[in-house]
Amino acid sequence: MPTPPRHLLAIEGLEPPHIADMLDLAENYALLNRSGKTQRDLLKGRTLINLFFEDSTRTRTSFELAGKRLGADVINMAVSTSSVNKGETLLDTASTLNAMQCDLLVIRHAQSGAPALLSQKVEAAVINAGDGTHEHPTQALLDALTIRRHKGHLDNLVIAICGDVLHSRVARSNIHLLLTMGARVRIVGPPTLIPAEAARLGVEIFHTMREGLAGADVVMMLRLQKERMAGGLVPSSREFFRFFGLDAEKLAYAKSDAIVMHPGPMNRGVEIDSAIADDPVRSVIGEQVEMGVACRMAVLDLLARNLRRNTRI
Amino acid sequence: MADFAHLPYKRQQMAALLITNARLMDAGAGLDILGSLLIKSGRIAAHGPSLTAPELTPTLDAQGAILAPGLIDMRASLGEPGFEHRETIASAARAAAAGGITTLCALPDTEPALDDPALLQFLIRRGEATGSLTILPYGAATIDCAGKDMAEFGLLREAGAIAFTDGRRAIASARAMRLALSYARGFGCFIVQHPEDPSLAAGGAATEGELATRLGLPGIPAAAESILVARDIALARLTGGHVHFAHVSTGAALDLIRGAKAEGLHVTCDTAPPYFDLNETAIGDYRTYAKLSPPLRADADRLAVVAALADGTIDAIASDHQPRDADDKRLPFAQAEAGGAGLATLLGITLARVHGGDLTMLQALALLTSNPAKLLNLETGTLAPGAPADLVLFDPERGWKVEAGKLPGKAQNSPFDGRALEGRVIATFKAGRRVFG
Repeated sequence: MPTPPRHLLAIEGLEPPHIADMLDLAENYALLNRSGKTQRDLLKGRTLINLFFEDSTRTRTSFELAGKRLGADVINMAVSTSSVNKGETLLDTASTLNAMQCDLLVIRHAQSGAPALLSQKVEAAVINAGDGTHEHPTQALLDALTIRRHKGHLDNLVIAICGDVLHSRVARSNIHLLLTMGARVRIVGPPTLIPAEAARLGVEIFHTMREGLAGADVVMMLRLQKERMAGGLVPSSREFFRFFGLDAEKLAYAKSDAIVMHPGPMNRGVEIDSAIADDPVRSVIGEQVEMGVACRMAVLDLLARNLRRNTRI
Repeated sequence: MADFAHLPYKRQQMAALLITNARLMDAGAGLDILGSLLIKSGRIAAHGPSLTAPELTPTLDAQGAILAPGLIDMRASLGEPGFEHRETIASAARAAAAGGITTLCALPDTEPALDDPALLQFLIRRGEATGSLTILPYGAATIDCAGKDMAEFGLLREAGAIAFTDGRRAIASARAMRLALSYARGFGCFIVQHPEDPSLAAGGAATEGELATRLGLPGIPAAAESILVARDIALARLTGGHVHFAHVSTGAALDLIRGAKAEGLHVTCDTAPPYFDLNETAIGDYRTYAKLSPPLRADADRLAVVAALADGTIDAIASDHQPRDADDKRLPFAQAEAGGAGLATLLGITLARVHGGDLTMLQALALLTSNPAKLLNLETGTLAPGAPADLVLFDPERGWKVEAGKLPGKAQNSPFDGRALEGRVIATFKAGRRVFG
């Protein structure tokens, strides 16, 4: 088995055993979390810094909780309070973090590739918590874990990822992960929201929900940001909802036991109907959040085993 | 509705009619035989060289005239909504019936523009109310046909939009055109472009060249057409979308389209009668009735259009009917409105190219019936049994003269005023009902 990576920057390039290991460990953490037990000694003395250059509540909180449940010292650095606003470059920030002897660095940035750049300069293990329109690896892991818990496996499942694929790092990470694990991935949306040459990633492309959802085991909705309308890629939210918003009529094209997912935050009435989002049988959106903490605990645990700096403060 | 007053045959022919002794021509099927055609319940029941019908079936002896599918005019402006002083739907329907047109695609750059599903449904219903003309409206490609924000193609398509265009206005922004082509592809629709670069056309009144120079008129270079055609072909290649160029009028643009088709791109086009029947000399003496958009071209371009009709580069001939009233036209040339009335002359001018030996009769009819039907995915444009009995019966030899002021319908601004033509409509049938002749 190849050496596990030192950072988690992207799903693309990970081997199936790495992904399976992370999911297995995350599954254990999910059970542990539900049992109410903790493992607060695992990352004792380790420093986890949440470096968020973009607003985020749920991902930052999820990492914070994961770090704390494993006993790490967790510090949140939001862009508004950091010296980045005073003109400090990303690499200046890296040397500052090195001086602080940070062990685990969770970064979210609006620019694709920013975590990779930072990873070349910091001693810490870097975890990409979303970079531009590139990847959001822990989201793909938590989605895969949620699917696996419901369907028992990932291989040969038909998974439809719907909506604004063009701007979605969640979609990219999910495409890579699910294809690596043997699932059949479809992307569904208007041509203006499908990235160029997407078929070369290995997905099937559909422009109608009827075709794209036919026979799907999993329907994964993406958030459509309001600025996409202003950018002219979609004429209006009412048109988007009519043709690509998930409602009962469109969900009926999928398998009768298909589950519905959404990475949040949702635009109700734009990409998803409230009745579907809140459906206790079909929607697993709440469980995704729960699995997010478990997956992040697993990622922190695994990366901490390989830290270059093995001394603990 | 009072609009029915002009339709004396409204209640007739609903049951059955046998048209005998006709030259049956269905270009899509390559059919050209002498025979009869039976209409039943508004549809074509059968046709053949020796067809008999049950006793007491009303019969019409065509006396050897050509019976073809009703013409499908894929580009016309109606006065409604917003310009009822120029043309109403009722008057356009009269002119269309007299011209053998049974289906007409209406441009959306009206006032207000057809960028709202309710407006499209309104126009379709107004067409149905004429009893003689199916109106298939285009949806606006951009809000208010202003070239900026994409319209709701999906909702407009559901409301009956046949395709999307900004009508007489070019979609100038390459980004807007790219998004429109791409987004329309998801709904299986195409975008119709007025191929004229607006920045080169601004302020122009005639094709740039010797004649415009002598007349002292501001010119529009012929290249304004090929520049936009070249750009949009590149965008069709990029997006996989389908672009249709309207009223193509220059050899350079047709060469580009010919090449794009050979490459397998989803590119189609139409032209209008003025561009293969007239050249720029028609505007001599500042004849504003011959002021069109795009402007009439040099004769070499006219000949290139004729050649492209014959070799299949051009998919359809559309009337490009643009109703204008006297106030629009009785102005100094550069200030007069562009546009010509074209419904009543669509068939006659096309037949002139048959009489001139440039096109066969079947080629001409394909350009007016089966080709646009295929492009627009219609069930008409054919004589196949089961198809709606939308038919035109015409005598290809009967002579007449185009006289502005005496044309059917309200709009009289024909660029062909004074033109002697051979080929006249004897009767037009809509869903089996005789609506003209």
